[in-house]
Amino acid sequence: MTARTADQNDTEQGDHPVRILVAKPGLDGHDRGAKVMARAFRDAGFEVIYTGLFQTPEMIANAALQEDVDVVGLSILSGAHMSLFPPILAALAKVGRDDALVIAGGTIPKDDVVRIKEMGVAEVFGPGTRLQDAIDFVRQHTGTGAEAAQGHS
Amino acid sequence: MRRRQSAAELAEGVLQGTVGAVARAITSIENDQPVGHDILNRVFPHTGNAHLIGVTGPPGAGKSSLVNEMIRGYRERGAKVAVLAIDPSSPLTGGATLGDRIRMLEWHNDDGVFVRSMASRQFGGGLAQHTLTVAHLFDAAGYDPIIIETVGAGQDEVEIASLAHTTVLVQVPGMGDSVQTLKAGSLEIGDIIVVAKGDRPDAQALARDLRRLQTLHDDPHEPEVGWRTAIVKTSAIEQTGFDKLQAAIAGHKAWLRESDEWDARVRTMLATEISGRVQRELMRHIRSSSADQQAVIERVMAREISPLSAADQLLASPRQP
Repeated sequence: MTARTADQNDTEQGDHPVRILVAKPGLDGHDRGAKVMARAFRDAGFEVIYTGLFQTPEMIANAALQEDVDVVGLSILSGAHMSLFPPILAALAKVGRDDALVIAGGTIPKDDVVRIKEMGVAEVFGPGTRLQDAIDFVRQHTGTGAEAAQGHS
Repeated sequence: MRRRQSAAELAEGVLQGTVGAVARAITSIENDQPVGHDILNRVFPHTGNAHLIGVTGPPGAGKSSLVNEMIRGYRERGAKVAVLAIDPSSPLTGGATLGDRIRMLEWHNDDGVFVRSMASRQFGGGLAQHTLTVAHLFDAAGYDPIIIETVGAGQDEVEIASLAHTTVLVQVPGMGDSVQTLKAGSLEIGDIIVVAKGDRPDAQALARDLRRLQTLHDDPHEPEVGWRTAIVKTSAIEQTGFDKLQAAIAGHKAWLRESDEWDARVRTMLATEISGRVQRELMRHIRSSSADQQAVIERVMAREISPLSAADQLLASPRQP
């Protein structure tokens, strides 16, 4: 742990752990991928709010708001991503949390990945993703680089 | 990138009960940011109203499920409820899996329920460092009661009792014989003891052992004074016992208010919060002279000085104001 200085900026990420919501929207019951990612993020030093299966867009938005997460991670293997992601992003915007970094994982075809990114999802991690790539992506996009990650040495 | 708001805006939002402002203010307190300190200074005069209820007990005992049922009881009475649910941080990486919220998802569409998960960040005692300070924010935002769910705790984590008006200790059957109920520690701090998983066959025996333990205290030559720990058996599966728990908590609150005990406990809570801050700042000063610390540890390694003398040296080293 390193001491913080008084003039450290109030809302910058600094050296505190990344807070990330890991949720599974929709109706498929395959939560292994979400659990693998939750575990990997935990081991990377993130604080993971795990809400698991069957999450509605409103549940995800409410959790993102109350938990004040930096990142929303969505895992979906049902094929319903094109119908679920727009209402999730709309729900996040409605509660004022469209400033959260949204990432997705699961079985999402290449063509859809392009469209999902156009909607505002920052990155999609499909099957075969290296865990470290997802972790690095989150660190880069939340301003918690290698230096911050080693704060707990 | 995250949007930025000033301390004045966030404090105003907290006082108006705006969920986003409360959420952001909690983060700033949790991360020890100067803006958090500023927000607290602004809202603290508006606190002191809420009933703080600590819920503690071993991992997997059913604390979160119990809290979920408590929320239901309070919502039926129209109260605005906040829950601060604490889970452990990894001692190795600092990471955490915060999994209490998953038991309370049914309230996601209810404006009167705010659930916040918090990592312990190795504070100890089953709590997070800023537990009470975060509770002040909920208090200022009009939440009453505020339920604090500790990390799964064993025999000796009693700190919650000095950070809540009412402590609910959750016990489960199958964790040992009646001698366990004789032991000092956690069992002494429950204002209310819940025997959870009351549908299990040995739950009745545990409730009986706990009640018998109480009669061991009784001295026939002394009149009974003070609060007598309430023992309530609950079952989330059978949906039984929660009315009794609700009544016991209300009864304890009434007793605190009627006696001098409410103010006495608040004094303890605030003193605990202040001394926690003092300890933290002292450690920060010592860490800021980390060169000294390293040198001192090396001297202890070489057996030149003892660990106790080393600590004295660090405490005596000059500090910045």
